[in-house]
Amino acid sequence: MKSKLLPFFIGLVLTLLAYGTYQALFGAPTEETMGPVQRIFYYHVPSAWTAMLLFLVNFCASAVYFFTRSPKADAWALTAAEVGVVFCTIVLITGPIWARPVWGIWWTWDLRLTTTLIMWLLYVSYLLLRRSSEPGSSSMLATVFALSAAVDIPIVWMAIRWYSVHTQHPQPVFGNSPSSGLDPQMRYALFANWFAFMALAALVFWFRYSVERMSQKVSAAFVRKASRSTAAVLGMSTLLFFQGSPNKIPDPKHIFLYSAYAVTWIIHISYLAIIGRKFARLKQEQAEL
Amino acid sequence: MSSITSLTVANVAKDLRLEWRSRDVFNSMLFFALLVVVIFSFTFDASVEESRRLAGGLIWTAFLFCTVMALNQSWARELRNGVLDAYRVSPAPPEALFLGKCLGNFMLVTLLECLMAPLFVMFYNLSSAGSLWQLALVFVLGTWALVVNGTFFAAMSIRTRNRELMLPLVLFPISIPAVLSMVHATMGILTGDFSAIGSIKLLAGYCVIFTTLCFLLFETVLNAE
Repeated sequence: MKSKLLPFFIGLVLTLLAYGTYQALFGAPTEETMGPVQRIFYYHVPSAWTAMLLFLVNFCASAVYFFTRSPKADAWALTAAEVGVVFCTIVLITGPIWARPVWGIWWTWDLRLTTTLIMWLLYVSYLLLRRSSEPGSSSMLATVFALSAAVDIPIVWMAIRWYSVHTQHPQPVFGNSPSSGLDPQMRYALFANWFAFMALAALVFWFRYSVERMSQKVSAAFVRKASRSTAAVLGMSTLLFFQGSPNKIPDPKHIFLYSAYAVTWIIHISYLAIIGRKFARLKQEQAEL
Repeated sequence: MSSITSLTVANVAKDLRLEWRSRDVFNSMLFFALLVVVIFSFTFDASVEESRRLAGGLIWTAFLFCTVMALNQSWARELRNGVLDAYRVSPAPPEALFLGKCLGNFMLVTLLECLMAPLFVMFYNLSSAGSLWQLALVFVLGTWALVVNGTFFAAMSIRTRNRELMLPLVLFPISIPAVLSMVHATMGILTGDFSAIGSIKLLAGYCVIFTTLCFLLFETVLNAE
């Protein structure tokens, strides 16, 4: 990506997220049975789709690394897993916040919930393995683990489908059955948010990737690029916090809805702060060199 | 092929001989399993029906912990005196080493299970409502699934900084589907409420897939630089 295009891209992500959040809170109609809390869906589902996509990217990049030993593929794999874990964490937190008022329980050992949790565990342990292995062998060991994890996920899915007889999670809304139709306005809000979160993921991915490449080979060009995006990405998320609070005073009944949105942003911002700190440390190290 | 077979046999014989002379892994594993059984049995003070339902989970949790203990030791032994490095530079195929380790650990864990089974029956007043050959099949497949994955990921975690600590962290998430299937099948057989055939098939599938994967990737793990 050309660094000239970066401010434009950040602006685009910011607009998309603001627009998506606006659509989620005001654009889409209120769901009849669940009420406003259903609006968590517009953050929950896009985050889930984004997380799956990122784990898929991790698998592909790991496979590429396995055959080519390219450090770029390794950085791709690490970045995808890390950003994927961030999105997956959001899914796992916003889910229970939605489930509590709707189902009356925080958690149930249902097919989708359990599979998502296990997937999260797998990739957290991937990141732990990366952290604790020796620099020389870390990439290859992590790659082997990533390939095993990717083979494991379909088996997890089958095992839990076999194991848990009941399923409580709403069925896919884009299935074939006529009852699964989604209101066009809702569908629009959902896709607007998915697009926005994919753009955010791409931006964070790129930033994290730059930092990883920088730590792989400390180079001045990467530092300049990445430093600009730190401030921009942090600034953007802060702006969104304000965008997230609507004009009218939040109804205390919507506490679940707003807490889910807030948690999403707290996680994204904390993650960016972590990358920012890592970046600052690398920059310092580079200056010392 | 014959060289792989003879090397595997040599590896197994060496491991078993070492274990026979010191018996430190087996003794600590046995005692640990005993402790787990005792602690479980008084934390879950269950009736006969309840304990049948719980036993599947308890048995496999206990064996999972014991297996982790045995597996860490089986590779840690090779680090002393640089045995693993010597193996890496030798022309012997790495698969023979891996298979040897798997078989050795399998024998060790199976022996442990045979010794622990009467204790489980005694402490939890177990009796099986289902067929015993199915139960035996679940134990063979389940132990193999734990051992083959465990040996592979132990070889991986032994190369990390915090060695012994890392094995459960990488092994447990990967083994979840296998553990679920073992527990579900054992529960089905003990209570007789539902058929265990589906879980056994799944477990067998898991064993085949991960045995293949581990064999294909072991050389990479051994030589990862």
